[in-house]
Amino acid sequence: MADHTLDAKGLNCPLPILKARKALKEVPAGGILEILATDPGSVADFEAFCRQTGNELVEHSVDDDVYRFLIKHNAA
Amino acid sequence: MSSEAQVVQDAVAPVAMPEEKSMSIIVTKGSLDWAYPPFILATTAAAMGLPVTMFFTFYGLPLLLKKLDLQVTAAGNPAMKMPMMGMHMGLPNLLTAVPGVDAACSVMMKNLIKKKGVASIEDLRDMAVEAEVTMIGCQMTMDLFEYDKEDMIDGIEIGGAATYIDVASNAHINLFI
Repeated sequence: MADHTLDAKGLNCPLPILKARKALKEVPAGGILEILATDPGSVADFEAFCRQTGNELVEHSVDDDVYRFLIKHNAA
Repeated sequence: MSSEAQVVQDAVAPVAMPEEKSMSIIVTKGSLDWAYPPFILATTAAAMGLPVTMFFTFYGLPLLLKKLDLQVTAAGNPAMKMPMMGMHMGLPNLLTAVPGVDAACSVMMKNLIKKKGVASIEDLRDMAVEAEVTMIGCQMTMDLFEYDKEDMIDGIEIGGAATYIDVASNAHINLFI
């Protein structure tokens, strides 16, 4: 299960990423952050975010127009 | 190789880029619409771990004022079309000169921004400050348009072209907006 959930539904670029960055600070190293978003652009953006920051996008799915991302907090 | 040739070669040898990626942006425009790209990119790059420097010059400088009152104009911008009643409506250039039209456009744009979950420039700027984005106000522009550092938000630096070049020469991403 996720250690922390960020509800970014209704927020547009770049807010889901900015809020995720902040939320990750609350997640211990190795912990999982769950993010819920409605911005379709967030799929490509969270992939890019994880590639750059060294955090791991464990999975992403979409259900009823809500995107769900699980990010493992790897980076220091 | 002669010593002269060596000197020339040294002079043109590429400077090794630092390991850490960083970004700089020259911000030259201060209308509501043009304020978005620099602040979105600065906050996002900072969130992705890049040190970011923003250099505010000419019409970009007022984006550092404590109180922002950003406006947008359709004048000279035929691409500005707003979603309205299921269509996209633009304004003929002549109408953009009518008093009050710019103000009405600005209100419409701000409503749209709020409705679509887009951050305000005020919020993005706060987030940039929080993310320790370095903001440099252009000294020459401050002299030219008669602004004081006291008019600007706290924590900014003041500098000139050389200050920017010093930063940009070590940055992987340098943007002019």
